[in-house]
Amino acid sequence: MKKDIILSGVGGQGILSIATVIGSAALEQGLHLKQAEVHGMSQRGGDVQSNLRLSTGTIFSDLIPMGGCDMIVSLEPMEALRYLPWLSKDGWVVTGTTPLVNIPDYPPMEKIMEALGRVPNLVTVDCEAIARQTGSPRSANMVLLGACAGVMGILGPEKLRDGIRNVFARKGEAVVEANIAAFDAGLEESKKTTE
Amino acid sequence: MAEKYLLLGDEALALGALHAGISGVYAYPGTPSTEITEFIQRHPLARARGIHSDWCTNEKTAMEAALGVSFAGKRSLVCMKHVGMNVCADAFVNSAVTGANGGLVIAACDDPSQHSSQNEQDSRFYASFAMMPCFEPSSQQEAYDMVREAFDYSEANHIPVLMRLTTRMAHSRAVVQPWEGIREENPMHFPAPGREKFWVTLPGISRARVKELAEEQDKFRKDSEVSEDNSFCDAPDHSLGIVTCGIAYNYLMENYPEGCPHPLLKVTRYPFPSGLLEKMARTCKTVLVIEEGQPLVEERLRGLLYDDEKGNGFIKVKGRLDGTLPRTGELNPDLVREALGIPGGPVHAKSDVTVPRPPALCQGCGHRDFYTALNAVLAKYDGAKVFGDIGCYTLGYMPPFHAIHSCVEMGASLTMAIGAANSGVWPSVGVIGDSTFTHSGMTGLLDAVNSNADITLCISDNLTTGMTGGQDSAGTGKLEKICEAIGVDPCHIRTVIPLPKNYPDMERVIEEEINYHGVSVVICRRECIQTAKRHAAQNKQTKK
Repeated sequence: MKKDIILSGVGGQGILSIATVIGSAALEQGLHLKQAEVHGMSQRGGDVQSNLRLSTGTIFSDLIPMGGCDMIVSLEPMEALRYLPWLSKDGWVVTGTTPLVNIPDYPPMEKIMEALGRVPNLVTVDCEAIARQTGSPRSANMVLLGACAGVMGILGPEKLRDGIRNVFARKGEAVVEANIAAFDAGLEESKKTTE
Repeated sequence: MAEKYLLLGDEALALGALHAGISGVYAYPGTPSTEITEFIQRHPLARARGIHSDWCTNEKTAMEAALGVSFAGKRSLVCMKHVGMNVCADAFVNSAVTGANGGLVIAACDDPSQHSSQNEQDSRFYASFAMMPCFEPSSQQEAYDMVREAFDYSEANHIPVLMRLTTRMAHSRAVVQPWEGIREENPMHFPAPGREKFWVTLPGISRARVKELAEEQDKFRKDSEVSEDNSFCDAPDHSLGIVTCGIAYNYLMENYPEGCPHPLLKVTRYPFPSGLLEKMARTCKTVLVIEEGQPLVEERLRGLLYDDEKGNGFIKVKGRLDGTLPRTGELNPDLVREALGIPGGPVHAKSDVTVPRPPALCQGCGHRDFYTALNAVLAKYDGAKVFGDIGCYTLGYMPPFHAIHSCVEMGASLTMAIGAANSGVWPSVGVIGDSTFTHSGMTGLLDAVNSNADITLCISDNLTTGMTGGQDSAGTGKLEKICEAIGVDPCHIRTVIPLPKNYPDMERVIEEEINYHGVSVVICRRECIQTAKRHAAQNKQTKK
């Protein structure tokens, strides 16, 4: 079994924290994993992505081939669309809906939502709003992780919660609980679409 | 068994070096190499052993310090991005002439596709040029394992060794299984009798050593051929032979999950193991070379005389030079699939809604305020030229600032401004960051002072090495004194705080110094917004 994921967003949004949690859970489960990250210049507010590959067998390439990605997980709606050529025909797009507008020619939201609507398997979540509702506005990325947990397959929600516990443990119990609450809220929200 | 870790290629190399008993890491930050040194700086073993890991002023000082460690019999690691190899090239090439005493490994991280670099030069050429062995791991585990092998080989053969990573290895994580045993550091010991003279590269001595080094190439190649780092694997389909270098192997195997049907030579160590090619050359009339970077191996296999257009009677060599693979840029599984003639599956169309989102200076960044003020002043002059440099502030080229006219390499801002001023350009302005100034700007400033060049140098001082994530900057707290000591008139070393409320003051100071016909320095100093945020968060944490 394998799961190839593209995590996307804008530099500074925190996609690498999502990758770290999934990575921690995967390591715990003895899965093979490769995770290509973007560091350096692109982190200055540009588009960023991370190729995250999980498998029960050997993984060769650090990069996912076109048409091979099982799931695009994006903190930003336009950035979700950027990687469509990598998405497999029956792949999932799980994306936050709050646009991050830091360029003058950002397309109109209705066009973005229309394009997302053409994706066969789509989960949209207002991560920022849900994070605020759960009382931890800085945990929008964990809301998004929760939103994709239902369709992740290779790692179930409980394993991902373990990942959150491992990664945030040194920041104290309150931070762990806030992130788990955000994760659970995202998972709950996604069920509206996936069930 | 030791605990497994999820590590970047950079971190795997760093851990391998720590476990191989290094006594020091010497480096200047540069994407994609920075995380090697940062990992060592944070590692408890490095702290417990008191391993040197402070950032160096530039790659040349790093390389030379590491060579000093080697002279003293201990193991040292040097790290840099590929273009840093140009900065330390003199020390690097001559370190092959002195040879190593304690193991000396130079980690160069190349950046094909230029994700964060001004070119995509391939560091393997440097190893070949300096007649040094080179290791190029194809996985994070190999990065961990090979660095110890490289240190052992360096010591056994009195030769520094280059380790080459590329972005996709440096910045990709995978599970790494460390060894049980952690090697002790070497005790101090000086070069053995007979070898100590090679550390003095007077022509009469080094001539003999260069000859010895050339003769050793045969041994290095034979070691390469018998090493497990290079392997030949025969397979039934001889219509094509394949050579992969470094991580290119992964892209090949991604396309052949059931195993490669063609004879395959996997190379992760140089000198190139040419003996392993013989079997392939006997049976395959076409050889495809897949290498991440410039076509170094391909060019050598192809030669000038032996690869005619039709391949008549000779082995046809395919790769980047004949268009089978793109001439530039990093490889990926799809490019290699196409090179193998394997059709792709169905894909979703590219979205026509998405627009590019280039990187930009952070909101609240001091460089923004500096450029705003500089642009306001220069609008008053016809023919003003601004020579930029390497760092976040290179993004001042982009809209809305359009503030710089050049960016070449570390330190070129003020020296190009000197040459332009000599040629009649006025105002001739250099823009450089604090870390780049101490890296390669200080000597140029001495040139400017000695020739009384009519330039204005703006040092945009954010108190850190910002672009690579906020490492300590060598000149912090010393810039005014450095400029004064180099000989700039203290009346023309001015310091301003780049903030919107200070625009009138900043513009007045910049204008005054432009109108001064001589060397002037304007230091715009405000902490990087990213490190300021981090420091604020740390303070909050400490107070709790």
